[in-house]
Amino acid sequence: MRMQKLAWPYILWMLVFTIAPLMLVAYYAFTSYDSSGNIYFTFEGFKSILSMESTVALDFLGLNSLFGIDLQVPIYINVFAKSLSLALVSTLICLLLGYPAAYILAQRSRKKQGSSFLLFMFVLPMWMNALLRTYAWLALLEPNGIINSFLSIFNVGPIQFLYNDFGIGLGMVYNYLPFMVLPIHSVLLKIDRSVVEAAEDLGADSRQTFARVIFPLSMPGIFSGINMVFMPAMTTFLIPDLLGGGRYLLIGNAIERQYMVSRDYTVGSALSIMLLVFVLASLRVLTRYEQDNSGGGVLG
Amino acid sequence: MRKIITNSYMALIFAFLYAPVIVLIIFSFNDARSRAVWGGFTFDWYRKLFENSDILSALRVTLIVALLSALISTFIATLTCLGLQSMKKRLRGIIMQVTYIPNVSPDLVTGISLMLLFFFIGIRTGFPTLLMAHIAFNIPYAILSISPKFKQLDKNLYEAALDLGCRPAQAIVKVILPEIMPGVITALILTFTLSIDDFVISYFTAGNQISTLAITIYSMARKSVNPQINALSALMFVTVLILLIIVNIRSGKDAKNSARARRGEKS
Repeated sequence: MRMQKLAWPYILWMLVFTIAPLMLVAYYAFTSYDSSGNIYFTFEGFKSILSMESTVALDFLGLNSLFGIDLQVPIYINVFAKSLSLALVSTLICLLLGYPAAYILAQRSRKKQGSSFLLFMFVLPMWMNALLRTYAWLALLEPNGIINSFLSIFNVGPIQFLYNDFGIGLGMVYNYLPFMVLPIHSVLLKIDRSVVEAAEDLGADSRQTFARVIFPLSMPGIFSGINMVFMPAMTTFLIPDLLGGGRYLLIGNAIERQYMVSRDYTVGSALSIMLLVFVLASLRVLTRYEQDNSGGGVLG
Repeated sequence: MRKIITNSYMALIFAFLYAPVIVLIIFSFNDARSRAVWGGFTFDWYRKLFENSDILSALRVTLIVALLSALISTFIATLTCLGLQSMKKRLRGIIMQVTYIPNVSPDLVTGISLMLLFFFIGIRTGFPTLLMAHIAFNIPYAILSISPKFKQLDKNLYEAALDLGCRPAQAIVKVILPEIMPGVITALILTFTLSIDDFVISYFTAGNQISTLAITIYSMARKSVNPQINALSALMFVTVLILLIIVNIRSGKDAKNSARARRGEKS
C-alpha cells in the first residue's frame, strides 16, 4: 500500500501541537522581557526558584523535625519537598490498600465469580471527573459536613479534616487507588498457575508461596502502579486547590498560580521544566523494572 | 473465615470508592441547602440547574467541543493509521514514540505547553484554542484505539480489491474501512468521553470568555457550596456511566468476535 501521504497531516500536527509546545516551555523558562518589551536570554526563572533570599525550614516527610534538623531552603524547594512527601505517602498508602484488593480481584477472576463486573465497578470511579470526585469529599469532610455531623452525635469534633495534609492525602489516595489496583491485578492474572502449583508441590505453604513466588512475580505490576499513582499525585493542582481551600501550596498549584495569577511565565516555565524532568526521570527509573506488556488496560 | 475477611475487605474498599459519589447523588435531591441535614426530597436543584444560563452555555460548549474533537481526532487518526502502514518501520517507530508523549507527560504540563503555544502564536484563547487542545490530546488515544485493528487486518484484502478493479480510494472505503470500523467507533466514544471528562487542559486553553462544564464546576466549587453542583455531578456521572457501559459491551463483543475468528482459522 502506498498511502504514506495520509500520515503527513498528522506529522505536521504533531510538530505543532506536541513538539513545539514543549520547546516553548523551555523557551519561556530561559527568556524574559525588559521594560521596552525586548526579549532576552536569562536564568532569572531558575535563579528566583533557587534563590536563598527568602528561605524556610525544609519539611520532608516530617523527618527534619524528627531528627531535629533545621535546614533552610528556598521556598519553592520546600514546596517541592512537601509535594514529594505527600505524593510518596499517598503512593505507599495506595499500594498497601490496593495490593490486597488487586490480589482478591485476581483470585475472583480465576474462579470467574462475576469478576469482570467487579473489575468494571473498580474502574468506573476512575472515569468520573477527578474534579467531581474531589468535590464529593469536600462535601463529606467540611467542618459542618456529613462526617462531622455524624461525629457530633457522639459529641466528638468537629474535626478539621480539610486544609491539611490529611485531607489532601485522602483526596490523592481516593483519586488514584484504581491506578494502583489495575496494573497489579493484570500482572497477577498473568502469573502462570503451574509456577504456583510447583511451589506447592515442593512443600511451600501458602505464605511461603506468596512471599517467594507470587509477590516477586508481581513486581512489574507494582512498579507500573507506583508510576501511575505517583505522577498524577506529584503534579495535581486540583486536589490541593479544592481540599486545601486555596491556601495550601503544592508544586502543581504553585505552577498554576505562576501562569494564571502572577502571569510570570519565566518562573512558571522554569518550575514546569523542573517538575517535568523530575517526573520523567523517576518514570524512567521505574520503567526499567517493568517488563513489557505489564501495564493494565485502561478500560479493564 | 478467609472468605469473610476478603469479602469485607472488598466491601470496605468499594464503600470508600463509592460513598462520596452516592452521597453526592443523594444530596442532589435534598430540599435543604446544607450538605449534612436531610430536608426532604426535591427536584429543585435540577430545575435550577436547567435555568442556570452559565451552566447551560457551558454544557453547550462541552458537548460541541467533545463532538467535534471526537470526530476530527478520530478522522485524523484513521488517516494516520492508514499512512503509517506503508511507512518504514523506523519512521513509524519514531512517530509512535512522539505520539506517546502527551500520554506520559502530566496533564498540567500538556495544558500549560498548549497555552504557551497559543500565546506565542498570538491566538486569543477561546473556543478555537479549546477545540484544538482537545483534538491534540485526543489524537493519541484515537490512534492507540485504531492501530491494533490494522495489525489484525489481512494485508492481501487491499491488493485483492485492487485486482478486482477497485480504485485505491474505493478499496479503502469499501474494504479496509469496514474492517477497522470497530476500532474507529471505540475511538469516537473514547475521545468523546475523555473530552467531556477533561478539566486541566481545558482550564489552561479555554481563556476567560468561554467555559466548559468542568471549569464552571471548578469555579463554583471554589467559591461556595452549591447543591446545583451535586445535581450536575449526578447527571455527569450517569452520562459517563452509560457511555462506558456501551464501550465495554462493544469491546466485549469485539473480543468474542476475534476469539471466534481465531477458532475458525484453526479448524
